Amino acid sequence: MTAPEKPAVPSIDTRTFDLLSLTMALVLIVHAPHLPMWLTATLALLLGWRWWQRRRQASLVPAWLKLPLLALLTLAVIVQYGSIFGREPGSALAVGLLILKLLETGSVRDVRVGVSFACFALMAALLFGQGMVATMVVALGLLPALATLRALEPAQPSTSLPRALAPGLALSVAALPLALLAFLLVPRLSTPLWGSPLADQASTGLSSSMSPGAFTELLIDDSPAMRVSFDGEPPPPDQRYFRAFVMARYDGTSWSYRDTGNQPPTALEAEHAVRYRIHLLPTHRRVLPTLDVPLDTPPHARMRRDHVVMADRRVNGALTYELRSATRYRLEPDLGRHQRRWLQLPDGFNPRTLAQGREWRERHGSDDAAIVRDALALFHDGGFRYTLVPAPLGRDAMDDFLFDTREGFCEHYSSAFTVLMRAAGIPARVVTGYQGGFWNQLGNYLLVRNSDAHAWSEVWLAGRGWVRVDPTGAVRPERVSQGAAAAAGDQRPWYRNDWIQGLRNRWDIVNQWWDKGVIGFDALRQRGLLTPFGIRDTDTTTLGWLLAISCSLFMAAGLAWALSRRQPRDPLRDALRELERKLAHKGIVRRPAEGPRHYLSRAARALPGQRSELAALMSIYLELRYAHDEPPTEPLRAFRKAVRDFRVANVVK
Amino acid sequence: MRGLLRQLQQWAERRLPALTRHRQPESLPITLHRRRIYIVPTGFGLGFSVLLLVMLVGALNYNNNAALLLTCLLGAASAASMLVAFRNLDGLRLSRIQAGHATAGQPLELTLALDSDSPRSAIRIDLGDRTLAVALDGTATTRAKLALPTTQRGWQPLPRLRIWSTWPLGLFRAWSWLHPEQSVLVWPQPEEAGPPPRAPAEAAQQLRPHHGDELASLRDYRAGDPPRHVAWKASARHDNLLVKGFEQPQRQPQWQLDWRQLDGLHNEARIARLARWVDEAQLRHGSYSLWLPDEQIPGGSGPLHHARCMNALATLP
Repeated sequence: MTAPEKPAVPSIDTRTFDLLSLTMALVLIVHAPHLPMWLTATLALLLGWRWWQRRRQASLVPAWLKLPLLALLTLAVIVQYGSIFGREPGSALAVGLLILKLLETGSVRDVRVGVSFACFALMAALLFGQGMVATMVVALGLLPALATLRALEPAQPSTSLPRALAPGLALSVAALPLALLAFLLVPRLSTPLWGSPLADQASTGLSSSMSPGAFTELLIDDSPAMRVSFDGEPPPPDQRYFRAFVMARYDGTSWSYRDTGNQPPTALEAEHAVRYRIHLLPTHRRVLPTLDVPLDTPPHARMRRDHVVMADRRVNGALTYELRSATRYRLEPDLGRHQRRWLQLPDGFNPRTLAQGREWRERHGSDDAAIVRDALALFHDGGFRYTLVPAPLGRDAMDDFLFDTREGFCEHYSSAFTVLMRAAGIPARVVTGYQGGFWNQLGNYLLVRNSDAHAWSEVWLAGRGWVRVDPTGAVRPERVSQGAAAAAGDQRPWYRNDWIQGLRNRWDIVNQWWDKGVIGFDALRQRGLLTPFGIRDTDTTTLGWLLAISCSLFMAAGLAWALSRRQPRDPLRDALRELERKLAHKGIVRRPAEGPRHYLSRAARALPGQRSELAALMSIYLELRYAHDEPPTEPLRAFRKAVRDFRVANVVK
Repeated sequence: MRGLLRQLQQWAERRLPALTRHRQPESLPITLHRRRIYIVPTGFGLGFSVLLLVMLVGALNYNNNAALLLTCLLGAASAASMLVAFRNLDGLRLSRIQAGHATAGQPLELTLALDSDSPRSAIRIDLGDRTLAVALDGTATTRAKLALPTTQRGWQPLPRLRIWSTWPLGLFRAWSWLHPEQSVLVWPQPEEAGPPPRAPAEAAQQLRPHHGDELASLRDYRAGDPPRHVAWKASARHDNLLVKGFEQPQRQPQWQLDWRQLDGLHNEARIARLARWVDEAQLRHGSYSLWLPDEQIPGGSGPLHHARCMNALATLP
């Protein structure tokens, strides 16, 4: 029970080292997804070896081994990433250093440094992805860290390893309310203090240019792209087209969007409008997808000429915006001088396709609609196949696709269709965005994944303006009516089969809640925090005050807990209190500093009818209280029953 | 840096006597009350809060709410550990201190009896520059043994004890000063070597065989034995007469240790010599008496007698 502390540098015991190794292992695990496989494996081996070595003989690793390892690690990171700065190389180096730190851990101070560093590394893991499950796993990583710090303390009862983790959990759970409050009230930065956060992160989602085959990576990425909720009924599946880019220019291999500066949006006659809210996950791009043709723009964003909505800044955090869009409309009924722009084709590419377009024009004269029908009929009946892994195309890509390979997905179809239309002299363009999505019944929102990315065409018909034509639908109607997953058919990997996908779609409601409530809680939402209490704009000073006040309240509650002394339960005293309460009803109140003997004698005198009863109770009480160290159980029970049964008779005066 | 800290500590002790060492001695039992428990972050705690701050700024800068949540959780858990540290000391009771025996210069063993109605871990007690860590299981009284350095004989008041804990995470240090109003008696240090006590005049007489009153043995009758020594009852069961032999076992000589014999020595030397004689007599399991100017201890033996003599020597002016 007692142990004199050694005055020399105290070495740590095996339990502490085990817990520290566990902490490090968890750090390695949460960082594993973005570390190169070989680095993870090497570090894991090193960790395991060090643990085994420390168990066998409590010694440090000699310096001749540590220094080359350190050099090797730095070299490996530089070879892998080309630099040691930045998010990926930085975290790889940090995790590596952490594991190397374990090699020289021998004293209490080393352990504390290691644990602090591990906490930091755990937090750094969240910079790579802040999903709910990832956050939970990282938070669990705090438990062995706290347990390690606890194990450093001397003189404590020994427990098993899993039990050693429990107090940390209890502490964290007790701290959760304060943590949540701080999370709500810590003022967010509206602009970052340094750097451009996550500038080195690869952009995901749609890009401003499109070449057939480029989407493939996007189409197999089924992470959520955005969640849309509608005021009223959601549009039917075949009308869920979310426009991002309108692409005019074709250079023979790819289509590209050209920002048209601050020209006003083209004329739009809306017949039917839908109001909806989009919760967009970070894309690190500026474009904001909108349902069909937007009627207005969210704050801090502008609408371009072709009704493309561009935010003022890149979307580096989750963004929620509310919009109105037209679903039945006449867009740009009068093309005017811009007509040539929508007929642009590169010279010297795709001769057979151009010939096909011209042939249709000659056959139908000025009937543009008939040409469109012919083109769709070609896709439908020409032996075309929908596949996510099409054969590669040569220089005359559209010729190869239309007359040779005849397989591809939305990009190929929309691209070929638009080229055909332009060849026939019909103004046409490619539009990219998302189509479809999963309607989550429970959460009343539409989940749009990155794999729902889509490309389609718009043709300009006289009198009707721009009309959407989705040539992919001609080949594979399921793509439009049931979504990307159904269209891909059996080409999906095994883990994306129907019921797992269904399960994931339903589970997404939890992710949605997390993304909206936690990840998307930004400076803007924080300012609106007090709206229910009538304060529309909560500024930083108010937030600071609120934080200070509520932290004080929490500290007061904590102090109340800390100061509360647990009174040991004393059934005998409780029984006497009950008797006192009963007698107090008749006005016989026990005075302060009045002993039980005096008090009960007084009561007996005041209640002559129950004198004998009270005298008996008194003698039993005195016997129980003073004849034994601990009142014996049986007589105590009898006394409590007697007190319970005691009824104060009415006093006849 | 250390010098500055020491100065700061001295200043605090001058200004805030209730906070630190100038607390008046008080009688046992001492229960640690909230008003006498103080908490400051440890060095590690300060470093850890800097780390938390860095994490906070990082999470805010990268607009990463999950990281912010994690930081808040860690920060709140650290803050809660302060309350746990406080509660680890609050209500702890030092019920009594038992002092062992030690001669001046030797460490004296103190046994602290600590009580608590809840389990407590990693309670540390500082006495001088020694630290002891104990855990309390919340039911039985826990005894912690500490060594108190001693320098001179006589009553020595107990020094202040610092009772502290950095439980559970080592981030905060809760402490309280205890100054029990109790003194311990330190025995005089015996001299290294010196003459043995002078044997008293009647020692030779005492060494002669000596007829006592106790029945020691039965032996065969020899002519001339007085008839009243015959053991009639025992003889009835034997063929010949048996005689009771009354003899007292050989006694050790009693040392009469006397202050007055040691003229010509100064007080401390007299005490040191007497202490050595008392120790030697105790080692020989002999009987001895002690004459001191203000206390005369009759002859006796055994540890209690030894302690009585040493106490008397220790308290001499």
